[in-house]
Amino acid sequence: MTPDLQLNPDGSLRHLLSLDGLPARILTQILDTAEGFLSVSEQEVKKVPLLRGKAIFNLFFEPSTRTRTTFEIAAKRLSADVVNLNISASSQSKGETLLDTVANLSAMHADMFIVRHSSAGAAHLIARHVAEHIRVMNAGDGRHAHPTQGLLDMFTIRHYKGGFHNLRIAIVGDILHSRVARSQINALTTLGCPELRVVAPKTLLPREVEAMGVHVYHRLEEGIKDVDVVMMLRLQNERMQGALLPSPQEYFKYWGLTPEKLKLAKPDAIVMHPGPMNRGVEIDSDVADGKQSVILPQVTYGIAVRMAVMSILAGN
Amino acid sequence: MQLPTPIELIDRLAEQIRPSLSPDCALVGIHTGGVWVMEALAQRLGAELPRGSLDIAFYRDDFSRIGLHPVVKPSRIGFEVEGRRLLLVDDVLYTGRTVRAAMNQLFDYGRPAAIRLAVLVDRGGRELPICPDFVGFTLELPDDRHLSLTRSADGRLDFVQGAA
Repeated sequence: MTPDLQLNPDGSLRHLLSLDGLPARILTQILDTAEGFLSVSEQEVKKVPLLRGKAIFNLFFEPSTRTRTTFEIAAKRLSADVVNLNISASSQSKGETLLDTVANLSAMHADMFIVRHSSAGAAHLIARHVAEHIRVMNAGDGRHAHPTQGLLDMFTIRHYKGGFHNLRIAIVGDILHSRVARSQINALTTLGCPELRVVAPKTLLPREVEAMGVHVYHRLEEGIKDVDVVMMLRLQNERMQGALLPSPQEYFKYWGLTPEKLKLAKPDAIVMHPGPMNRGVEIDSDVADGKQSVILPQVTYGIAVRMAVMSILAGN
Repeated sequence: MQLPTPIELIDRLAEQIRPSLSPDCALVGIHTGGVWVMEALAQRLGAELPRGSLDIAFYRDDFSRIGLHPVVKPSRIGFEVEGRRLLLVDDVLYTGRTVRAAMNQLFDYGRPAAIRLAVLVDRGGRELPICPDFVGFTLELPDDRHLSLTRSADGRLDFVQGAA
């Protein structure tokens, strides 16, 4: 969106708002650093003193216990002080309220804001107005971006597949409502994935998707044929307006990933999902719990990736 | 003063360390140079010694001034630290801050019975009360000089000296 807002004049990362526009060297630095943090979990004391004395505020204008918890754990493992704020986004003049809230928290000596908001651009707005020393991380803004989820997906793929340059990757499901998909497409393109497919019914595909340099498929069987990685998306029931879909049962019949359909992918293909899963809607339990599933490792890697971003931002 | 080659110093260090080895010992190298020295020592002292490596990036005391080190490697301590006698290995001992960070990190793995420090070169300039137990070579370098260990593609170790 606005890469200059994310970077310091020396090119180092200042805020993490979107993966769009971030150069490969920064993505790779984050993934490498996360590798280091993963090894911290082997310690008896699973904690490092890096961010001692720093105050990190989780600003959640949209409820998400899972995401908030992963940021909270990451901050605590870095020895930061974490404050969780669940703020109702229902007040009338949102823009003003948002910046007033941030100004108040800044006066309490905040060092970093983790922002989750239902409106696209909320984290950008905050980043534009905070004091020089404060860092902002986007934890999901509307349909726009969810950069740390995209990064943990990249970490997972690199971990299991060793890199990106020979891979065929399919992103499957509700692309239209997914901020995760955008982050994934941006990052995979930057990191050099040669064949990126999006696989979705026409009603769940944004019009501009082909401009992002991906191959579009409208049948699951064709879309996942011979791929190395299947990235499932959650069917975003709560974001649906109007009748884009017939019924969950019918969606599963055509779009649910079952063991039979997964056989069309490469035998060593991995299956990913950002969670929470709708079992029996977009993914069959036998796949979710099966040998090719890396869904739970994704959660573990998510902590290390968030620790990496927090410590890089705090240090730059 | 002419500095001996790294290999000469590693041989010298290994002979100093050998008499004090016991079955509950383990070697821990500090990234990156300390790991090379540790591996070379392990070859001379017996391959059965458990080995580990530390990247102290998350324990440094200058994070708030210079930020996170751009390259962080995973730390690998594949053995139980609790109750073990550790030999911490680094290439060049200078201010002592790296060793302080490494000791703090080791204690997050468990409570070792002892930690001894082996360094290839002690160049003086200590800022903390840290003293090595085994030293390959001692010299006094002024603060405006830089000394480090490098490894070429074929595995050859060399010292690099220059202006800091």
